[in-house]
This record gives sequence, C-alpha cells and structure tokens, in this order.
Amino acid sequence: MSGPRSMRTPLGRVRNLGSSHSGTTDFWRQRLTAVAMTLLIVPVIVIILMLIGRNQAGAAQILGSLPIAIILVLFIVASTWHMRIGMQIVIEDYVHNEKIKLASVMANNFFCIAVALASIYAILKLSSGV
Amino acid sequence: MAEFTLPKNSKITGGKAWPKPAGATETREFRVYRWNPDDGKNPSVDTYHVDINDCGPMVLDGLIWIKNNIDPTLTFRRSCREGVCGSCAMNIDGQNTLACTKSMHDVAAGGAVKVNPLPHQPVVKDLVPDLTNFYAQYASIEPWLKTTTPTPQKEWKQSHEDREKLDGLYECILCACCSTSCPSYWWNSDRFLGPAALLQANRWVSDSRDEATGERLDNLEDPFRLYRCHTIMNCAKACPKGLNPSEAIAELKLKMVERQI
Repeated sequence: MSGPRSMRTPLGRVRNLGSSHSGTTDFWRQRLTAVAMTLLIVPVIVIILMLIGRNQAGAAQILGSLPIAIILVLFIVASTWHMRIGMQIVIEDYVHNEKIKLASVMANNFFCIAVALASIYAILKLSSGV
Repeated sequence: MAEFTLPKNSKITGGKAWPKPAGATETREFRVYRWNPDDGKNPSVDTYHVDINDCGPMVLDGLIWIKNNIDPTLTFRRSCREGVCGSCAMNIDGQNTLACTKSMHDVAAGGAVKVNPLPHQPVVKDLVPDLTNFYAQYASIEPWLKTTTPTPQKEWKQSHEDREKLDGLYECILCACCSTSCPSYWWNSDRFLGPAALLQANRWVSDSRDEATGERLDNLEDPFRLYRCHTIMNCAKACPKGLNPSEAIAELKLKMVERQI
C-alpha cells in the first residue's frame, strides 16, 4: 500500500525491482494443460468406469493396453502441471510474507512432482504387469 | 497474508443521526462514511435526510445539498458533475461509481443511499481516498507517445482503422472505480498494476503511432504487474464509462503469447 512507511517516491515504490520478464510461459502452459485435460477427461472417465469392480489382475490387463496407459499418463502430467501453476497463483495472491511465500511455493512444487511421479509409477507398474 | 478484516482503527463505530430538515415534505435517507484524521476517533456512518424537492436527482446533488444545508464538514471530491473528470468516484450502495452520474432514484426505493469511499485505499478524510499509488502506477506505464523516428513536420499519421483500435480504451477517465473494485488489486495493489493502469497500457500498446510497443510489453511482463488479473470482471461491472478493462488486459496477455509463440 502507499502508506508513509518509507520516504521513497510513489513511482520508485511502484517500479520497485522492475519487471521480471516472466509469467507468460506459466500463463500459456496453464491454458495448454487446461485444453489437454478437456480433451482427455472423456477417455479417462471411460477408463475409470472400465476399471470399476475389477481386481488388480483385471486392472493390469486393461492398463496393459498402450493407448490406455498413454492416455492416463498424459492426464496425470497435464493435471499435476495445471495443479502446480494454479496453486502457485493462489499462494502469490494471498501469501505476502516473502519467506513463507518462498517455502509455500517450494512445498507446492515438491508436492505436485511427488503426486505426478507416484501416479505415473503406479500406471507403469500396472501397465507392465509387474 | 491478505487482510480480510479491517484494521482496529478502521472499524466503523456508531455515527451521528442528523434531524430531518424542517418543512421538507419528501426526504431521502443518506448514510455517509465519516472519518476525520484530526480527532483520533474511528470512522463512523452518519445519517442525513435530504429534501429531494430542493435538490437535483443525482447522489452528488444529495451530497452537495448535505454540505450546503446540514453539515459543511462533509468532505468529498467533485468537479465536472457530468461524468468527465472522475473526481467523485465513490462506493454507492455497494458499487463503485461516479456520484454525479448515479441517480439516487436508482438506489432501491425506501432504502438509504449508502455512500462509502472507494474500497481498500487509505482514506484522507470522509469520502476522499488517497490515490497516490494509483497515479504512480499510471505514471509507471509511461502514458505518452514514444518514438525514435524524427518527429514529422506536421503530425504522426494514423489510418482510420488504426484509430478505431483505440476505441474503448481512450475514454478512460482514471476515476479508479475499476481498480478499487478488483480483489486482486485489494490483495496486491503494491505490485499488481490494476485494471485502470493496464487498460491505459493497452491503449499505448495498441497505438499504431507508438514505436515502443515491445519495450512497453517488456515492462508489463511480470507475474504480479500483469498476471494477477484472473478475469474476475468486477472492473467491467464497475466502470461508469462502460469500458471493459478485463478485455484490454486479455488483449495484453494475448500479445505476450503472440510474441513468444
């Protein structure tokens, strides 16, 4: 805010550290992953319906199909990427303490990567019939 | 963290109810935010009754009537009284707008006309917000023609088609109704430029005569300066000139992507 906390000029405060010349990549990727999820959601729902009521052997048999495994992996990549960008935006919106913000953004990245890797590992494991 | 409640010294307490004007047959109730930096008290909401047969139809007419007839200490900005200068921007009946173009009859009949300063800005006094940061943000987008080519002897030429691209942008009067209605601006007004400054930025980015388009986009390309806009569209709803800042911001984002892909 423009409180009288410092003697810096208002324009100096607004310019501050300057533009970071970034943000467009995340903006574009958020749209890209959104479109990808829109396209993938129908086949993913169909696959989940196919999996309902099956045991592990049955699931492994369905996921053994290459197109099905690829669709699920693509959906996991798109959704966790989208989740990472979305959560980072929420953090940037509401968390103003620089240290807490840095830690939150870091934790968000770790969490999303962990979810993505765990999910992909599970799909590949079932898909390869191990 | 973002502040969701008012600081202790900004909480509204009580308020004076002024008597109805003697001899008035028809009155309209006004509830007006009051705060005086000199008395050390918290803000309050005073209740006034305006004689609508002795007063113009707009909310600004009502405020001027109060100042002239009831309480000369009531402080607000006003100048042109016809929606051109943007001085009398305030929050009326929960919506940021210009007091001079908002009819008091458009505020739900029977209810009081509630008048507050523009939200989430420091208050100077009563209905006068401190817009220092808002004006500095406007200055930061360098709202003037920037060229390298030597200035022509007559004028910088522009086709009719290129001139039309400025429609919906040049009309902005910088009243701050849009920026102060934007939640993203409430939480991050120190870093997010806000809808008004970004609409103005797009006005210069879209100007065919300007030669600093890329430099202007460089200056805006930032997760906070530009990308705090989440297309909430409160700005378009609030704009008393009927402009659409969120569309202007979307155009800026599109240009950012366009020059990258």
